[in-house]
Amino acid sequence: MNSAPLTETAPPPGRSRPGGVRSWLLGVNPAAKLITAVVLSLGLIPAVDPVTGGVVLAVTAAVVPFSGIGRSTLLVLSVPFLLMGVSTGVVNLLYGQEGAWGAFGAAVRLLAIALPGLLAAASSDPTDLADALVQRLRVPERPAMGVLAALRLAPLLADQWRTVTLARRARGLEAGRNPLAALSIFLGKLFALLVRAIRTGTLLATAMDARAFGTGPRSHARVSRWRTADTLLVVAGPLLLGAAYAVSAHLGTLRLLFG
Amino acid sequence: MRTANHDGAGARVELSGWGWRHAGRAEYALRGVDLVIEPGERVLLLGSSGAGKSTLLHALAGLTGPDGALTGEEEGRLLVDGQPANRRRGAVGLVAQDPESQLVMARAGDDVAFGLENLGVPRERIWARVDEALARVGFPHGRHHPTAALSGGEKQRLVIAGVLAMRPRLLLLDEPTANLDPAGARLVRGVLARLLADTGATLVLVEHRVADVVDLVDRVVVVEPGGGVVADGAPRTVFADHGRTLAERGVWVPGVDPAPRTGRAPGGPALVEAVRCALRAPAPLGRRRRAATVLRDVDVTVEAGSATALTGANGAGKSTLLTALAGLAKPAAGQVLPRGPLADADPRPLVRWPARRLARHVGTVFQHAEDQFVTATVRDELRFAPLRAGADEAEAAARADELLDRMRLAHLADKHPYTLSGGEKRRLSVATALSSGPRHAPDVLVLDEPTFGQDTRTWVELVELLDGLRAQGRAIVLATHDPLLLHHLADVELRVADGAVTEVLRTGTENTR
Repeated sequence: MNSAPLTETAPPPGRSRPGGVRSWLLGVNPAAKLITAVVLSLGLIPAVDPVTGGVVLAVTAAVVPFSGIGRSTLLVLSVPFLLMGVSTGVVNLLYGQEGAWGAFGAAVRLLAIALPGLLAAASSDPTDLADALVQRLRVPERPAMGVLAALRLAPLLADQWRTVTLARRARGLEAGRNPLAALSIFLGKLFALLVRAIRTGTLLATAMDARAFGTGPRSHARVSRWRTADTLLVVAGPLLLGAAYAVSAHLGTLRLLFG
Repeated sequence: MRTANHDGAGARVELSGWGWRHAGRAEYALRGVDLVIEPGERVLLLGSSGAGKSTLLHALAGLTGPDGALTGEEEGRLLVDGQPANRRRGAVGLVAQDPESQLVMARAGDDVAFGLENLGVPRERIWARVDEALARVGFPHGRHHPTAALSGGEKQRLVIAGVLAMRPRLLLLDEPTANLDPAGARLVRGVLARLLADTGATLVLVEHRVADVVDLVDRVVVVEPGGGVVADGAPRTVFADHGRTLAERGVWVPGVDPAPRTGRAPGGPALVEAVRCALRAPAPLGRRRRAATVLRDVDVTVEAGSATALTGANGAGKSTLLTALAGLAKPAAGQVLPRGPLADADPRPLVRWPARRLARHVGTVFQHAEDQFVTATVRDELRFAPLRAGADEAEAAARADELLDRMRLAHLADKHPYTLSGGEKRRLSVATALSSGPRHAPDVLVLDEPTFGQDTRTWVELVELLDGLRAQGRAIVLATHDPLLLHHLADVELRVADGAVTEVLRTGTENTR
């Protein structure tokens, strides 16, 4: 017990993981990533041309190699991401009045709005994110910890869904090719899962209460550190936006939503 | 007798005229409880199922107050160290059955720290207490170990560490080993015995299997459903004076094991055969872990008129093998084929059978009974399969009534299945599996931990029912940790361990017990 240094805090795994510059983004405070992502996304809403969004998208994409996100995770995330871009482009090309250039703009804009948030979420450990929200952004403890605890139950829920599915087959329930039967079986499974989820959730809430959760002010076992790099990232957001708008205006391509 | 306490670390508990009624219930769970527990005493709380033992523990943990997790109506007085229990939260530690729903954080150390944070312990003192608590329960991993990657026994030890770190004066244990396999349960009991030797905390313990914990306590208190304390004293005295009555009410009393009447297994032809099967555990959500192959080259034959038991640690693949044998899930390699009379119904691998045909010939009872309920009343659950099989209303009703009587569920016929008690749900889930077969039972009955958490009455009924089905020539396949069930019913025991299935027992079918 006395061998443990008293001031030690649990280093979030993101920061202690080797990899140096390749995992730079993992070490950034989740609150800083969240703020920057929100600023970039909101800031891009007024601009509908491909250049403004394109600049932000290019710079954000350039951060990906330094995000420390594993190759398989990236692959899994990029499929729906690219699909989203392509489908937006195609729909706008077919049904929009802006032609190919407008459709391209819509696709690029959507991707540029989505990518910063995606990167922030994928490179943040949920525990670190909750710590940052509570300690840095003054989010109330109860909902933040509640959501964090609920997240832990997600894999459990997937297991229960599987069991409920097997149980329908065991009872002789099978939709075959009848879509109505499929719907009714699906709803039945959803109800069974809901009951289990509420039960598990209640048990967890009871366990949290029994450990004195919500009885008074909490202390914090882990420090959500704020470094110079975090401040720089937050400052970089508006700067990047400004630069993107400036480049687009200079090239004469800037088009605003209500322009 | 142990002295009251070592270092003033135990709380004094005092209840007078205490009662509790859950919101929306007509009857009191407990009423008129008068009980004083002195500091440092170790009390085992007993009663038949539904006697409100867990409710009493939750009340002692301070969860029943105006802003507590449980809502209902309280009467009388309940004091911990002279104060209402809901003001003593944090001084009271509660360990419940299922570790899965008690862990809050993703990393082991953070989880132990969670309670300390709630108590407002300054950060510079938290981690020393976390390390101390982890060491005391013999936690084998570091602080950063992900809680999701722990075994059941390790998880429960972590839960205990989280409670210990808060240095409770009153320790409440609600069947702490119930959800663990025998190895995990032994581990946790060892930790508890060690802890109790060096803590002065008062202990109140609820445990189904009394024999396992009787050495940990110095006092036994028996409560009655809707009533108060009916017996109180040293374990030896209470079991000598009330042992028989308790056993009759379904309590597992040490030395009074239930004695079901079972006959000989007639044996019969093979009905289901797993041929060189490889089985994978279901893929975990998220993470980069891939579904691991848990069992390889499995050859298992299920015979008519005999009971085949699968044993082994949790996570070894018993349930996975069970779902494959029941024709519910497809093996990663190899096939599960019908044999003999079952192959006459459909020669294809079981997993390719249409669900309706499968249910008619192979019945499955899931570990959580609720998972298999598909209608809104108990009667409809039992009419469901016959109606789908083409029976008319009258015939389906007759079948349902027969099963309702046989499983003592007739008085609950119009209730929603989810509202039944644990024992009633178990009986209903077995009844639904029986209802699907022709001649009132399928040819093969597959059960996952059927006796888990049951009192002795339901236990005996289940064993005798399964014995009866076996005598009619049905095949019984069950996964279980229950040594008594193995002793009374298993004809073949297959141990599932280290990626393989080995036969460790085969009694002759002409064998009498």
